[in-house]
Amino acid sequence: MAKVLVVTSGKGGVGKTTSTAALGAALAQMGEKVVVIDFDVGLRNLDLVLGAERRVVFDLINVVQGVAKLSQALIRDKRLENLWLLPASQTRDKDALTDAGVGSIIAELRTRFDWILCDSPAGIERGAMLAMRYADEAVIVTNPEVSSVRDSDRIIGMLDSKTVKAERGERVEKHILITRYDSGRASRGEMLSIDDILEILATPLLGIIPESQDVLRASNVGSPVTLNNAASAPARAYTDAVRRLLGEAVTMTVPVERKGLMNRLLGRRAA
Amino acid sequence: MMNLLRLIGGRNASAPVARERLQILLAHERGLRGQPDLLGLLRTEILAAVSRHIVLDPDKVIVRMDRGKHVSTLEVDIEVPNGVEKSLAAVAS
Repeated sequence: MAKVLVVTSGKGGVGKTTSTAALGAALAQMGEKVVVIDFDVGLRNLDLVLGAERRVVFDLINVVQGVAKLSQALIRDKRLENLWLLPASQTRDKDALTDAGVGSIIAELRTRFDWILCDSPAGIERGAMLAMRYADEAVIVTNPEVSSVRDSDRIIGMLDSKTVKAERGERVEKHILITRYDSGRASRGEMLSIDDILEILATPLLGIIPESQDVLRASNVGSPVTLNNAASAPARAYTDAVRRLLGEAVTMTVPVERKGLMNRLLGRRAA
Repeated sequence: MMNLLRLIGGRNASAPVARERLQILLAHERGLRGQPDLLGLLRTEILAAVSRHIVLDPDKVIVRMDRGKHVSTLEVDIEVPNGVEKSLAAVAS
């Protein structure tokens, strides 16, 4: 049965789009049929992170308004045949996105995909509300930093009250994904620890993505980090997170960079 | 181990402060969630009550909240124009 998963955070710049691309690609790499939807109308970027920016013809709002069919707007990834993108509009008014329109698109996508990943815009306005509206599960992307944790708490409150599931008296299954984590700084007490964040937010942990240059390198070339450098620490962390989403019990670790000879040996073994 | 490292790098350990600030803040924000803007409401009602007796400049009514871990304070600052004793006397008579 198809699952709708929103990737959200409240705060901007914490890694929602990067995480949507990486999680979507990792799910597709494991054989799941995945569509990622960009809800950031006016400021789309998921196309760029996925390297599909030159292939966008129609977008989410075109489909909502009936200008294009869903099949015309979906862009298939060139590297992963199981991964599709529904881009956001770059120019249109974000009020063109309606609850009913989004609902019917999600309902149609449910019949065709295993996973529907909704990349939420920052903030708590219309786009963010609609991105989470039909979610079955939520990944709350959080940085170990006070403003990000506060905004995550706010978003958790909204997931528990403003979603269709919440209105039916059901629960959206929520997961915390900690990104840009620096274990050295956390152990020196310079950065909120994983335990601090989880205790404050009272929500289970999906994964810990270490701060890494590989993340920037991957978005520079328009390739999800799990595809661009599968042996890198963030890629392994995202892959572990996806295994947990699929119900596997994977021990929680903070993957570290492998270096030199070890890197070669382990890299080959993993390949 | 964690505590030992914190002891060594004690001066840089700002994470415990972050944690405590967040815990206090979120405890309040969760309580207020879904309720109308409490300070705005208080300001409007206080202004209405005082205005029945004294002519006030609405911009000179300031309501502030300072939240602490155990006790919070509510500060209401109303600037009363000169000559108010006269108007009070008028009300009394």
